[in-house]
Parts: sequence; C-alpha cells; structure tokens
Amino acid sequence: MTDILVYVDHVDGAVRKPTLELLTLARRLGEPVAVYLGAGAQAAARILGDNGAVKVLAHDAPEYTDYLVAPKVDALQAACAAVSPAAVLLPSSAEAKEIAARLALRVGAGLVTDAVDVEAGPEGPVTTQSAFAAAFTTRSRVTRDIAVITVKPNSAPVEAAPAAGTIEELAVVFSDQATGTRITSRTRRESTGRPELTEAETVVAGGRGVNGAENFRIIEALADSLGAAVGASRAAVDSGWYPHAHQIGQTGKSVSPQLYVAAGISGAIQHRAGMQTSKTIVAINKDAEAPIFDLADYGVVGDLFEVVPRLTEEIRARKA
Amino acid sequence: MPLRIAVCVKYVPDATGGRHFADDSTVDREDVDGLLSELDEYAVEQALQIADESDDAEITVLTVGPEDAKEALRKALSMGADRAVHVEDDDLHGTDALGTSLVLAKALEHIGYDLVVCGMASTDGAMGVLPALLAERLDVPQATLLSEVSVADGQVTGRRDSDAASERLQASLPAVVSVTDQSGEARYPSFKGIMAAKKKPVESLDLSDLGIDSDEVGLKGAWTAVEAVAERQARTAGTIVNDEGDGGKQLAEFLAAQKYI
Repeated sequence: MTDILVYVDHVDGAVRKPTLELLTLARRLGEPVAVYLGAGAQAAARILGDNGAVKVLAHDAPEYTDYLVAPKVDALQAACAAVSPAAVLLPSSAEAKEIAARLALRVGAGLVTDAVDVEAGPEGPVTTQSAFAAAFTTRSRVTRDIAVITVKPNSAPVEAAPAAGTIEELAVVFSDQATGTRITSRTRRESTGRPELTEAETVVAGGRGVNGAENFRIIEALADSLGAAVGASRAAVDSGWYPHAHQIGQTGKSVSPQLYVAAGISGAIQHRAGMQTSKTIVAINKDAEAPIFDLADYGVVGDLFEVVPRLTEEIRARKA
Repeated sequence: MPLRIAVCVKYVPDATGGRHFADDSTVDREDVDGLLSELDEYAVEQALQIADESDDAEITVLTVGPEDAKEALRKALSMGADRAVHVEDDDLHGTDALGTSLVLAKALEHIGYDLVVCGMASTDGAMGVLPALLAERLDVPQATLLSEVSVADGQVTGRRDSDAASERLQASLPAVVSVTDQSGEARYPSFKGIMAAKKKPVESLDLSDLGIDSDEVGLKGAWTAVEAVAERQARTAGTIVNDEGDGGKQLAEFLAAQKYI
C-alpha cells in the first residue's frame, strides 16, 4: 500500500481540525502516515491514530519554534526519504503553504495549493481547486512521481477510522538554511473562545454597513448564538472596526463554511473571492442592489441594526 | 556599495474584468485588461521606504511576463523604483509557480541583490508560495508575510502575524522578504514620477540570457497539469425578502428549515 504523508498542524500539541480532514483525504490515496514536529507527540498520536494514521513520525527540536519554516522543510524532506510517499498533504495555512512549496522543490514534486478536494486517479492524485474568486473550478494532477498538496479547511469530513498510530522517531539532520530566520519573540493571540475563522462551520461577517467598532457587538452576539466565528470585510478592517486577523477576502482569509452570514457587506469581487464556496450564504443589507444578493440563498433587504438583533433573539429563543 | 533592493512584481488580469481561462487551461490574458498586482504595490512601497532609510540604495523592479507586463514595471518605476528588468520569452507561456521561481531566481542572480521584496501573493493565482520558493532557490533566509519591516546593519527585521501568534523575525542579508497589505498604504505615482519613469532604464532578458533551457519552463516544464476547467455553476437566485419588521424572524425560520439552528 502506498504511503501518504500528512503534515500535522498543531498549537502546543492540540491537533487542529484541518489535519484530521487531511487524514480522511489521505485514506482515499493510500495509508496515512502523520508527521508530527515539536513537543506533545504522545497525546497527539492517539487522536491521529483514531482518525486513520497508521504511523506517526515524530521529532522534537528547539529549531521548530525558534526559526521560521526551514527546519520543518528539513523534517518533511527526511520523512519523504524515510517512506517514499506518493503524496504529501498539508493544510492550506500560510505557513504550511510555504513549507509545501520548499519541500516540492527539494523532492522534485508537483505542487498544488488550496485544493478543495483530492481523489485517487489512474496517474496519481487528482485535485480540485477553485479559481478567480471561485468563478471557475479546475482539476489538476501532478506530472511527477510525488505530489505535494495543500488542502483548504472544510474540504473533507473528519471521520473516525481507528488505526495503530504507532509513534516512530524521525531522524532529522538540519540544513544550513534551518537557522536562517530567527523568531526573536512570539506573542500568543488571546483566544476569543469562538471557533477559528478558517475552520468554523458557521461564519458571521460584518462589513461597511456595521458602521463602527462598537457595533460589531451585535455581529458577535449573532455569532455566539450560532456558535460561529466572526469575520469582517476589508472595508470594516481598514476602518479599524475589527482586527485584520478576521478579514475575509482576496487579501485576507478564505473561508468555506456550511453557513455564511454576511451583514452589511456589499459583496465586491475581492470579498467574494474569500467566501463564495460557502455552502449556504445568507445576506442582510439595506441596499437591494448589493451584489451579495446575487450569491445569497436567502437575503433580507433591511437595516441590519433591526434585522440582526431580531435574528439573534429568535435563534436564542429556538435554542432555549 | 549601495543596498541593492529587487522587487518582484506580477502583471495580473484585472479582477473586475471577467477573468477566464484560455483553451490550453492557462490564464487568458488577451481578453482582459492587466495591471500591477495590487498586493505587489505594497512591496514597492516598502522597498521605497527601506531605500529612504538607507544611506545609499537602488531599487530594481523585476517581472516575468508577456510584452504588456511592462505596464506593471512602468507603474512601479513611476512610484519611484530606479530601474526595471523584464524577462520575456515565448517559451515561458504556461510556466507554473515552481518554474516561475526558477526564472526569477536566475534573473535575481543576474542583476545582483541584497534584499528581495515580494508581495504576499498574486491576486490571480493567489498561491502565496513564490517568496518561499525564491528563498529555497537562492539559498537565503525568508522573512515572509511581514506587516512591518525594516533593514539596518545588514539585518532585516519584521513582524509576522498568524492565527495563533504575532512573531518578530530577524534574518541576515541577503534575504527574501514578503509584505502583507497591512504593511502600509502604497503611494500614488506623482505626475513627476510618471514623467521620470519614461526615462528610466528597462532591461529585457530572455531565457538564453539566463541560461535556462526551454524544457524547464512553460507548459512542458510544469510539474502539474490542469486536466479540466469548468465555469462554476452560477448560484441560483435565492429567496430575497424585504424587512417589514419580521425579516429577522423569517431568516431564523429559513435557518431552522436548513437545520442550522
């Protein structure tokens, strides 16, 4: 059986959901072998095994936290040498895409980023991607023996598939590049208690129509009633109403939740680029001509300051 | 010796202009207007600011692309870059990101650099991998996705924000840097800048100048192949209601019917 490497994205040992989705996709292509870098492999191996990892190649070294990207590339290169995989799957985070790119060059692999689906094909993995603000869908394959593929969150379900998840120590020799970029300080982001934006099943986003930082409270209240993450359009972020980490669109995050609620967002092409693949889109905007209504499965033409609080109240009442 | 700053820019189809693919599954550049990728304007801006802070610096703007990609170079020159290099060759048609990084790396070695500045991603392909590929090819440190950047004493420092943390980075020159749209508004070219740009040198290079074999690039040299392109089915028009006081309630009913509540 062919081995498929899955790069484990974790925060201090907590495996992030997109990695478990990768294990689902990896099982379609072969036997998933997880690569875990940093401390905490023991606890993580159980979750990885529960989701189909037959093996966990683990390595811990200070280089992974003290330096940017390159040490992880060295480790994945060592993992490729150890198991000769047909494909390496990574989540489409900014960092993992950089790791993927450098790894592809080193191991002579074809590189696909931001896949939304991966299937087995006669000549290796076939990936689906969306292009040009999700106006097009493309299907690609690599023309090399090995494929390095990054996959967007929410592209596959997390499915339990018990496997051994046996930990094996990975031998890594760091290259000269490993220590090239030092991380001199790190400030952890404070958790809002809400789901991570790119991974969330539901996203509630506010735009220009929210008209002020303090008004984002009503967006947050709606999000909390739905257990959703909060997003913002570029206009809202550029106005300083909400932090950039929450920006959805071409220059911000790309999200693909089950439900996307856009409040006071007109739906410029740059915004659509970041949310058009959402399963259900709901829009609230007082401008009936706003392009967001062209995408919406359900739209309310009205004042968001009236509609959103009423909606939140209704949801709370139904859930009570 | 001046600080040699190279800025890599891309000429991209206008996002508002109905982008689509040509028959060979490459981006159609014939039917849509192009422009300097907005995200690369931030790179030009940061290069200009770094140059202003340094005693002596020269900014070369570099692009790979067809004839009209010169427009992207002109824009960067009119913002204040000193000179431009255009890599243009018919055999480049269909080159993938890995191939483009080869061409850029060879061109950077050809022109000489201490600091390479890139935008965070192109606004068309949007892969966001080119700066990392360049660092790998050139065997220099990458300090990428910076929302703040400065250069002093042969070191580049900056701030990189991710979901989990905000980090300060430090690397020795030569290095590859990429900057985000949070790094600072890009300046508009002045009339004087536009006039001056017309006199600035634009050097053209082809694959043979860079010692690249045509098999290494283009569709033939690509390590990925696009098998199918389909226009995504337009979303069918949904239900739109006017709020007459019960819009919130109706929306809640829709969400409940769809099992979201």
